[in-house]
Amino acid sequence: MKPFSTHTGLVLPLDRINVDTDQMVPKQFLKLRTKQGFGRVLFYDWRYLPGEKPNPDFILNQPRYRGASVLLARANFGCGSSREHAPWAVADYGFRVLIAPSYADIFYNNCFKNGILPVTLPEEKIDGLFKRAEEEVGYSLMADLPNQTVSDAHGRTLPFEIDKFRKHVLLEGLDDIGLTLKHETAITAYEQARHPSATMYEPVDAKYSPKQQ
Amino acid sequence: MTPRTMYRKIWDAHVVHEAAGEPSLIYIDRHLVHEGTSPQAFAGLQEAGRKVRRPDLAFAVMDHSVPTKNRHLPILDEDAMGQFSALERNCRESGITLFDMFSHNQGIVHVIGPELGITQPGQTIVCGDSHTSTHGAFGTLAFGIGTSEVEHVLATQCLSQYASKTMHIVVNGKRARGVSAKDIILAIIGKIGIAGGTSRVVEYSGEAIRALSMDGRMTVCNMSIEGGARAGMIAPDDTTFAYMEGRPYVPRGKAFQEAVERWKALATDPGAEFDATVTLEASKISPQVTWGTNPGMVTGVTERVPDPGSFREADDQKAAARALEYMGLKAGTPVVDIPVDRVFIGSCTNSRLNDLRAAARVVAGKHVSKNLKEALVVPGSMSIKANAEAEGLDKIFRDAGFEWRDAGCSMCIAMNPDVLPPGERAASTSNRNFEGRQGKDSRTHLVSPIMAAAAAIAGHFVDIREWNVDATE
Repeated sequence: MKPFSTHTGLVLPLDRINVDTDQMVPKQFLKLRTKQGFGRVLFYDWRYLPGEKPNPDFILNQPRYRGASVLLARANFGCGSSREHAPWAVADYGFRVLIAPSYADIFYNNCFKNGILPVTLPEEKIDGLFKRAEEEVGYSLMADLPNQTVSDAHGRTLPFEIDKFRKHVLLEGLDDIGLTLKHETAITAYEQARHPSATMYEPVDAKYSPKQQ
Repeated sequence: MTPRTMYRKIWDAHVVHEAAGEPSLIYIDRHLVHEGTSPQAFAGLQEAGRKVRRPDLAFAVMDHSVPTKNRHLPILDEDAMGQFSALERNCRESGITLFDMFSHNQGIVHVIGPELGITQPGQTIVCGDSHTSTHGAFGTLAFGIGTSEVEHVLATQCLSQYASKTMHIVVNGKRARGVSAKDIILAIIGKIGIAGGTSRVVEYSGEAIRALSMDGRMTVCNMSIEGGARAGMIAPDDTTFAYMEGRPYVPRGKAFQEAVERWKALATDPGAEFDATVTLEASKISPQVTWGTNPGMVTGVTERVPDPGSFREADDQKAAARALEYMGLKAGTPVVDIPVDRVFIGSCTNSRLNDLRAAARVVAGKHVSKNLKEALVVPGSMSIKANAEAEGLDKIFRDAGFEWRDAGCSMCIAMNPDVLPPGERAASTSNRNFEGRQGKDSRTHLVSPIMAAAAAIAGHFVDIREWNVDATE
């Protein structure tokens, strides 16, 4: 995974609460079997008019936000479906930092698997950032993960909290599976203890045995 | 010993490794896989040269993109076909049991897990699907994961997790005739909000929960995620054990009795503490209908579409105004005056035999409204379909003007040809009314199966309590 340390970028303020992952990547794109190329379809139904003509009313299409890489959002960002296609699209579009007052659990977790830093800040700080991002053309923020701060060119600095372990994994760009496999001995020991839950019962009714065609 | 919640007991029994300041390694007992969120996980494994650690603990099924009719015909959707072939190949190469679209066990992943007895009390179950919370109805810790974690479980049979906070939702008393499990969970979400359960695992209890059949309990746990919760669970009891006994993957005879004893010990200890508690009175819950674009935008069928100005927070006012615009609704419209174009009875929320029986009692001897463009019944599994047909439910639905389909996710997520057209309005027994969920620019109202059935007959929403049919599922 791509490590994350600091990132400075143009802020795009998406002023909607409860943005669900169905909006980030609508269902028709869940049939693709790669992790790449989802940036083009990010917020598809909001972003495009029929014929994939950019909808000028949607903020992503406004010239002043072109090239944005910091997404400022409202509460409960990423609710709904577990689809990791949502963070794939967010990252592929070019966003490396999210800033919101709260996130849905699965989406939040998925961000860390994809080198995206989801910053959580209190509502009133978020309100302030929305105001600045809307008033000042070119408003940029720098997210500094080692120091756990978000700051702008005017010297405003906001500290944020993040779990120590997740911070470490993101900073180093560690492979989660590799980390878990270091505990191979413990996993095997758990299985060998024949814990009843780690045992698969054979299907006893032949009628139900899976039929392959 | 300190009294423990059921969640804590299951958690403690699955810790493989723990250390201060880092997430715990938790063993995963059952991994359910479908064609939608797994291809990239298998590809990742292959890239890294890793193998599936426990193919015997994983089960795969085709459900999200499968057609619900004419399965013998070639599938023209190349992307869907690609998913099916990938799943078939990945399962064959790794030794995972697959129920493909021609298996008589095929169905929605959260329907067939319990139905085949793969889901059992006390387990940890994951799936790359947020409605995995469904399995919590059996006293399991079950939750949805992303594709990276699907790959993680395939490779290690473990997940790296922090323990969640807990929330106790107690539903006291008896529900009125005509009030379904769906109404209970929609009323809960209406009360706590769609983020009310965020970072929590919910345990449901109380007389109204105990009185539910397993099908009803699955409906409640299924929508835990719509209240933001990581998982939802209900302590196993005699209703659970009676459901389990004799299912294909459940132990038999003495082994079953021993399992029941273990399962009985899972219930939350008296005096165990939850981080939050919410209480509802079942008798005050009326049939629910969503009016907006998330499941928390819900009201009783006798109410009116709310005025955005009636919300306290500015963000909620904006969201409500936007939702009404999307839904093509005017504030103040009585819910029963909202006409519907199509009706969908199905999804992992409401497609089980009891749901179909209840809906069939509503439509028996009647016919869908002439204004209706389509009425679909999509059973949750091929086994449910067969059982329903043995009871003659298919005939009741067909005579009433419904289409009777093969099992799959269908119009809940509209990845197959069952799509709600732009601007059309559906009464749907599914779980999400997000913008575009059932089709671009389509309008979804979430309701119970009997409310959907009644809306199909009337052509608009009705208070099913006035129809005086025994429609308890």
